[in-house]
This record gives sequence, structure tokens and C-alpha cells, in this order.
Amino acid sequence: MQSNFITMDFQYTLLILLLPFLSFLVLGICGKWLSHKVAGLIGTFTLGAVAVMSYYTAFVYFTADRLADGTFATFVPYNFEWLPFYIGNLHFDMGIMLDPITVMMLIVISTVSLMVHIYSFGYMHGERGFQRYYAFLSLFTMSMLGLVVATNIFQMYMFWELVGVCSYLLIGFYYTTAPAVSASKKAFIVTRFADLGFLVGILVFGYYTGSFSFDFTESATYAVGALHGVAPDCAKAVAAGGFILPTALFLMFLGGAGKSAMFPLHIWLPDAMEGPTPVSALIHAATMVVAGVFQVARMFPLWIQYAPETLHYVAWIGAFTAFYAAAVACAQSDIKRVLAFSTISQIAFMMVALGVCIPGHEATIDNHGSLGYMASMYHLFTHAMFKATLFLCAGCIIHAVHSNEMSAMGGMRKYMPVTNWTFLIATLAISGIPPFSGFFSKDEILAASFNYSPIMGWIMTGIAAMTAFYMFRVYFGIFWGTENKEYHEELRHHGHFGEAPLVMTAPLVFLTLFTVFMGWTLPGGFGAYVSATGTEYTIHLDPQIAITSVVIALVSIGLATYIYKGSSQPVAERMKATFPNLHQWAYHRFYIDEVYQFVTHRIIFAYISRPIAWFDRHIVDGTLNGLADGAHYIGEKIRPLQSGRVQQYAYVFFLGIVILFFILLI
Amino acid sequence: MEYFLILSAIMMFAGIFGFLTRRSTLAILLSIELMLNATDINFAVFNRFMWNASGAHEGYFFSLFSIAISAAESAIAIAIMINIYRHLKDISIDKLQKMKW
Repeated sequence: MQSNFITMDFQYTLLILLLPFLSFLVLGICGKWLSHKVAGLIGTFTLGAVAVMSYYTAFVYFTADRLADGTFATFVPYNFEWLPFYIGNLHFDMGIMLDPITVMMLIVISTVSLMVHIYSFGYMHGERGFQRYYAFLSLFTMSMLGLVVATNIFQMYMFWELVGVCSYLLIGFYYTTAPAVSASKKAFIVTRFADLGFLVGILVFGYYTGSFSFDFTESATYAVGALHGVAPDCAKAVAAGGFILPTALFLMFLGGAGKSAMFPLHIWLPDAMEGPTPVSALIHAATMVVAGVFQVARMFPLWIQYAPETLHYVAWIGAFTAFYAAAVACAQSDIKRVLAFSTISQIAFMMVALGVCIPGHEATIDNHGSLGYMASMYHLFTHAMFKATLFLCAGCIIHAVHSNEMSAMGGMRKYMPVTNWTFLIATLAISGIPPFSGFFSKDEILAASFNYSPIMGWIMTGIAAMTAFYMFRVYFGIFWGTENKEYHEELRHHGHFGEAPLVMTAPLVFLTLFTVFMGWTLPGGFGAYVSATGTEYTIHLDPQIAITSVVIALVSIGLATYIYKGSSQPVAERMKATFPNLHQWAYHRFYIDEVYQFVTHRIIFAYISRPIAWFDRHIVDGTLNGLADGAHYIGEKIRPLQSGRVQQYAYVFFLGIVILFFILLI
Repeated sequence: MEYFLILSAIMMFAGIFGFLTRRSTLAILLSIELMLNATDINFAVFNRFMWNASGAHEGYFFSLFSIAISAAESAIAIAIMINIYRHLKDISIDKLQKMKW
């Protein structure tokens, strides 16, 4: 009964889901009558409680004894049948499952979300719809937590969609401005389109394996009263056709590619920056966009065992996305867009890390071949922290200068010292400079890529160098570079120019602490907690790869410093003049949006939607309208019979009797 | 017996003719009474001449019922007419064309 005793301990995890939901209900329903301060405090304190519980869960979970095979036990404190499908024995369960990556995600989500809640006090101060904003933040946190604790893929899908809705609501938060409205629609439609693949994948998977459960090895420990699901029977699916599992998994990956903004479904993410900046930090940088990575990681045992070749498509898609996004990021002038493309690029790094995993002996998982799994989760963790920092810093700057364009900034280091330092540290981390956390996780990704193929390794190293370049370009563009003195003078006249209030800088500092210390102070290293097989894995830095990547990153930083640090940028201007086409192409994101516009408007709308609309309007509607018109016409004809002249009625009645009389007579 | 039937037939057709031609609703009501009475006569006559020997009395009772019903009917009809008169200040039938649709 030992295991039952342990799982009983995790019963409170239900509160991690319920508290933000309650907060959402309270703020959503009663928000109108609450003051801004009370509404914000309700949201923040709920999230604080959730964060405390998440940290406690992580502490209890990771300090518990490992199982005999060296893995952490998987606990299922709750699982109940929500909806039976009546196909085979399929049912749609709802529950909570705790395993290493779930617990890690709990920490990521609750930390970033709490920081964003606190930060928003300052950023959204006096904004209209403040209560609505906090209500949506709570709902988002609830859905994201529900997504990571899901016990089965259908529950994951449900929360996945909820997360999509929250993203839509928050991107369109400033719904009175046209760009926000179209950006939110775009995000929703693009991800919905991708989710179609996810749903089809789930149904194919469920139909052939007979289960939606994540309990692949039947190793999870269920609490008393929790429903024990059937593990997916993959052998049956393989027997029905070898292509079924790879196809199903790839379809699911399509959904993940939509959420995680993989090329060519990335177009919604840069536009999603229309939302408030803390939302960009929370949703479009740190948590929601990694849902796709998390989904692939969740299905990872099946990928590696049944579809390793398909997994490598994921790697190449990721590598191309990483390169594309890095190239675009080098030319953008809106700081939030640079960060958005850097997010796409970094998430693609995680996808690559998952994709380059190779099965060990007899198609099983081993920690060496699947180093990428650990690297991906590690990068997810560190990236969430430093990307949230970067976005929140960007928020502080935008708050100060009221513009997203780098031309309105420059020389900000004098006015915003805290933001400057935190931004610098996060930038160093994303560039992969030791001892910051990004170095360690990125190094693991590079090691995994080299392990797969040297070509992939060098490609990823090159992209890492580009990352360092564009991040330092934006750093110098904001904090050094050409200062827009006139504009800054004008802003100072209106007050409000300078360092952000403490409520905004404190989260920055807190998140920066993670970035500084997470790489080398975690006892046992990250691999001790999360690894492909679940057993302890000691991260050993490959000096060759580490030194190469650091040197290349330093060279790129030096290059960026040389080009962008000075108060005028002759080199940058000359480069722009030498390659005007390249710059234009990159600035316009290689016209991918225009391609979409062309395909949807000129091809799909013109040749598919319009004929269908014509058919609907003229044939389908026409039939029904014809019926209605016919009835109306006949009614008009019959109407005069009711003349109201009583004697006429009597006359007709009498005539009828006479006719009947003669009929009967005959 | 034939004389009685001829009488009732004359009454019946006089009633129908009156019903179809008169303009006043009061006259129409009288025509209806005429038709009803023609029927009553037929009931009584057929019972008297065809079923009296077997001791049946249904025809007589039917006449009684019919008289009672026609009394109730004329009461209602007159009430309706009074109401119409209050609204229209007239009870001629061609003013009642509002009763359509």
C-alpha cells in the first residue's frame, strides 16, 4: 500500500487546476463590480497559491525515492471516465497525471504566469478591461495546466483548444483596434486548421490502438478510486498496417506545429504580438507555444519506437523553421517582432532536439540516442524563463517610449538600468554564453544534433550564431545605438519616462535569477530529473561542441557590437545598400504572408469557396426559397375565397348539399 | 301525410331563400328558425305516420330537443347581433365583411 499512500499525497493537485478556474469565474462574472486592485489581487493571489503548490509538488515528487528501475514513479491521483465512445472500449477520461515532464511544466507555467500577473499590475495600470484581462489570464493558466497534467490525448486536445481560445481572447484584448482583431482571427484560424490534423491523428490513433491513454508502459500508479485505463495496444496498430502509427503521430505533430509555429504555420505568431506585452511573454513566448513541443515529448516513446524515420522529418522541419525565423529576425525593426521570430527559432530548436533522437538497441529508448529529448525539455525550461524576461523587458521599454519601433529607442541604458541589465543577461543566455542557463540547454541540443548527423550539428551551430547576432542587434538597437534624443526629451516633458515601477522590475529580476542559476546550481543537473528513459542522466559537456558554439556565438556578438553599438551605423547602412533585395525580403518575412494571402484569396476563395457559395445561395437556398414562394403564391390565390360575406358561404354550402344530393341519387 | 311534407318543404325552401337573400341579420335569423321548424314538422310527421304503430316516440322527442336548441341558438344569435350593433350601429349583413381572413 506504499504507492497508494504516496498518491494520496498528490490529491491536492486538483486544486492547481481548480483555483485558477474559480478565479476566472469570479473575475469573469463579478469583475464589473470589482475595483482594478481587488481583481488583480484575486488573480495574483490565486496564482501565488498555485505556484506554491506546484513548487511543493515538484519538491515532493523529485525528492521521493526512485523506483527499482531508476525512474520516477508516474502518479495518477485522479482519473475518471467522462465520455464513453461506444467504439471498442474507447472512453474519454479526465484526470491528473504526474510524471517528470509534467512536474517540470507545472513549474514553468506557474512561475511565468505568476510573474506576468505581478508585472501586469504595472503594465496594465488603469487600462480599460483590467478585470477581463485578469480573468483571461486565469483561464489561460488553468487550460495550460490542464494540458500538461492530461492523462490521455483527448483531454490534452480539449485543453489544447481552450488554450487556443484564451490566446485568441488575449491577442484580441484591444478589440477596438483593427490589427488586434485581425491578428486574433488569424491566430485562431491558423491553429484551428492545424488542429484538424491533430484531431484526425487522435482518432486514427485511438481507433487502431484502442486507447487514448498516455500510460504507454502501464507503469503509472493509480490512486484509490482512479479509473485504470487500457494502455494503447500499438502492436495491434502495427499489425493493421505499418504506416498507421507514423501517420497518426505525424498528424498529431501537425497540430503541434500549428501551436508551436513551425514553418509554414508560423504566420500567426508574429501578428500575435498585437496583444498586451505581458500576454506575449506568457502565451506567445514561454508557455502556450511550447505546447507542440510538449505534445511531441509526451508521445515520444511511441515516436522513437514506431516512427523514428518520421521523427526525423520533424527535425528537418524544425531546422528549416529555425533558420528561416533567425534570418527574418535579423531584419525586423519592431522589437516585439524580433522577439517573436526568435521565439519561433528557439521553439524550432526544441523540435529539432526531439527530432534528432535515434532509437537505441532493438528500437528501445536509451539516454544517449535520445539525448535530444532531455535537451529539448531543458531548453524549453530555460527558454521559458529568459524569453519571458526578454518580453517583460520589452514591455517595460514599450511602456516607457510608447512605441515598438527601434527607431524610437536607442541609448535607453541610461534611463532604464534594471531593464538594461536583465535584458543583457537574458540576451547572453539566449546566445548561449556560459554560465547562463541557455548555454547549457543549447549545448545539449547541439550535442544531440551532432550525434544525429554532423550536417545537422553544423546547421544548428550556424543558427545559434545567427541567434546571438540578431539578439545583440536588438539589444544594441534598444540600449545603445542612435538615440532618438528629440523624442525622448518630449517624453520626459510628459513625465513617465525612465525606469519602470518596482512591480514591473521585480519579476524581471526574479526571472533573471532563474536564468543565471538554473544552468549550474540544479543539484545533479537537469538530466537527473528529466531524461528520455526516466533514469538519472548526468549531463557531460562535450568540450569540442561547447567551445565551438561559444566561440561562434562570441564572434557573432562581436560582429553585432561592431555594427550596431556605435551612435551611427555605417556598416549596417552599407550592408542594407549592398543587398537591398535580401534586406527587403527578410524584412517582409520572405513574403510568406503574401503567399498565404494569394493562396487563400486568389485560389481557395476564388475557385473553391465562391463556387460553393454560389451553389449554396442558388441551388440549396433556391430550392427552399422556391418552396416558400410557392406556398405563398398558392395562399394568395386561395385567400379571396374568405370574402367575409356570410351569405356567399351559405350559398356555397347549399350548392354543395344539392350536388351531394344528386351524387347520392345517382 | 303528403300535405304535411309539402308544407314543411315550402317552409324549408322559404327559409333557404330568405337566408340567401335578406340583408338584415334579424330576417336571416327568422329564416333559420323557419328551416328548423320545417325539420321539426318532418320529425313529428314521420313518427306519427310511420312508427306510431310500433309505439316509438323518438321523433317527438327529437322535435322537443330541436326546439330547445333553436331557442338557445336564437338567444346567442340575438346577443351577437346586439354586440355587432353596438360596434357598427347597423346589423345588415353586407356591413359584416370584416369577418374575413
